[in-house]
Amino acid sequence: MNPVARTVLQRLGLGLVTLFIVSIIIFSAIAMLPGDFAKATLGQSATPETVAAFQREIGIDRPPVERYFVWVAQMLHGDFGSSFASRTGYRRTVAEIIAPRLYNTMFLAAVTALIAVPLALGLGILAALYRNGWFDRLVNVATLTTISFPEFFVAYMLAYLVISRDTFIGSDFAQTLPHWLTVSLNWALNAVPKFPTLSNVNDQTPFWEHLWKVALPAITLTLVIVAHMMRMTRAAIINMLASPYIDMARLKGMSPIVIVLRHALPNAWAPIVTVVAFNLAYLIVGVVVVEVVFVYPGIGQLMVDAVKSRDVPVVQACALIFAATYILLNLLADVISIATNPRLLHPR
Amino acid sequence: MTRSDSVAAVRRLRRSRATRAKTALKKAPFSAWFGIVVILGYVFVAVFAHWIAPYGETQVFSEAFAPWSQEFKLGTDQLGRDMLTRLIYGARNTIAIAVATTLLSFAVGVSLGLLAALYRGWLDQILSRAVDVLMSIPSLIFALVLLTIFGSSITSLIVIIALLDSTRVFRLSRAVGLNVAVMEYVEVARLRGEGPKWIIAKEILPNVMPPLVAEFGLRFCFVFLTVAALSFLGVGIQPPTADWGSMVRENATLITYGDVTPLLPAGAIALLTVSVNFVVDWFLQATSGLRDEK
Repeated sequence: MNPVARTVLQRLGLGLVTLFIVSIIIFSAIAMLPGDFAKATLGQSATPETVAAFQREIGIDRPPVERYFVWVAQMLHGDFGSSFASRTGYRRTVAEIIAPRLYNTMFLAAVTALIAVPLALGLGILAALYRNGWFDRLVNVATLTTISFPEFFVAYMLAYLVISRDTFIGSDFAQTLPHWLTVSLNWALNAVPKFPTLSNVNDQTPFWEHLWKVALPAITLTLVIVAHMMRMTRAAIINMLASPYIDMARLKGMSPIVIVLRHALPNAWAPIVTVVAFNLAYLIVGVVVVEVVFVYPGIGQLMVDAVKSRDVPVVQACALIFAATYILLNLLADVISIATNPRLLHPR
Repeated sequence: MTRSDSVAAVRRLRRSRATRAKTALKKAPFSAWFGIVVILGYVFVAVFAHWIAPYGETQVFSEAFAPWSQEFKLGTDQLGRDMLTRLIYGARNTIAIAVATTLLSFAVGVSLGLLAALYRGWLDQILSRAVDVLMSIPSLIFALVLLTIFGSSITSLIVIIALLDSTRVFRLSRAVGLNVAVMEYVEVARLRGEGPKWIIAKEILPNVMPPLVAEFGLRFCFVFLTVAALSFLGVGIQPPTADWGSMVRENATLITYGDVTPLLPAGAIALLTVSVNFVVDWFLQATSGLRDEK
């Protein structure tokens, strides 16, 4: 068997095992619920019969192992159970709640990835080319700062920037500044596109309008993840530039750009791909906060709402989707880095 | 007698810890100085919050969303509480919770990590595989799941985040511990019949301190941001406790009127994490000589 294929299959198996254990953990979330949970959900006035019926419905009266396999089997058929928010006669399945929101989140993540990844690679390559120059230093400081900002700070700063486009000229702050500064600041602010600060979309929203409305969330997420990817790209390339074969290329008189693109980059793919996948996985976490800031109807916002109302089936489904995506992305990174660098097949 | 003489001679040559710290500080770059000053300022405000704050933490005034004025320096929030006061008390609450969480996570992570490095074998295997699984779920998502079950109290917040975070501390301390655990002096201590507690505390720990201290700073930032994010989402620190994350959320509507007040707590969070990062950056370079190529 081809050694690459074998390793890929091995990793795939490992990923499945991890997913299996993770699903057990998430499943036991419902089993670990405190005893009075039914009462807390149904309210203090619930009769013992309603409590018993509710417990039967969520299946707490059956043995956990049996429940786990029923749960997994249902999920593989696309049935994630029904939300605690459903009442008798009006069943709200988790699947129907999640489906449109999952699309929205995927849309946002895809837009962000399409902006962030090329941008990070480009900046990283430039920083490596002109390392220790002013460009490199500027980018370094900027990235160190954006890494340590909370997502919601970046998000609200952007929103504030867009809003002050209209409000700045009338504010007290503008009155205290000298006239020329006020005018030029106002001119600069007017150059900011008037992005919508609330990303209220629904399934009827046309594609371009959808794209326009996710602009601010996507820019926020881009700012948050670009820094890390860029730094790693720079570090990986600089690491390669220290090897003898690069010196050889330099001595042959090749231009720095050709050296970086043709000689250093192909060997630096493995760490770069790993960190790109890691950051795309990080999007999952960032998405939760950013969706709440911009009131974007995605799966992250849904999960937070479900946590607040302690709607366990919804939380479980969301967590499982997030975890599966996370594991899948890390798996993909592993596979790509092995495929591009066969030396990783033989770990020392 | 000669032994104590030579020790004394060596001691005279060696600078004391305080002077070494002083020379290191003198050579510190501007960013590190900036970081240290800011951190000390935060600590001062947090400790003396009670005396600095003009009003009480939960004191409510008649006017909600009041603008900046002489009476309320930064205006009031959605219930009519003084923003400046909330900001000052928020420093105490948010930082204290983050420090407590980081300490707990280090206590768990470092002791388990060094034990795993010392004993290897099945203990190491079990712990490492468990950590692998825990790390395969994004910690914010995991924290959300656990908070659904246990509810959002400060204790459960601290314990949950500390346990999730200790996985990363475990990884690092196991890795650095492995390098030290194979040293001859550790083996000597073992042959001498010292117990694991003594070996870890006296032989391994002093030799892995620098990376762990740097990691402490980074973990603190991470925990601090996680707590802030959870509070911002409304599932972390619960009202009426003043806290920066929830303050941003509660007053976010003001931003749509072009008011910067809700950005102040978020800015306070950002400033502290940036400062800690600056100091850690400098500390890492000073202790390990870690540098980029060229």
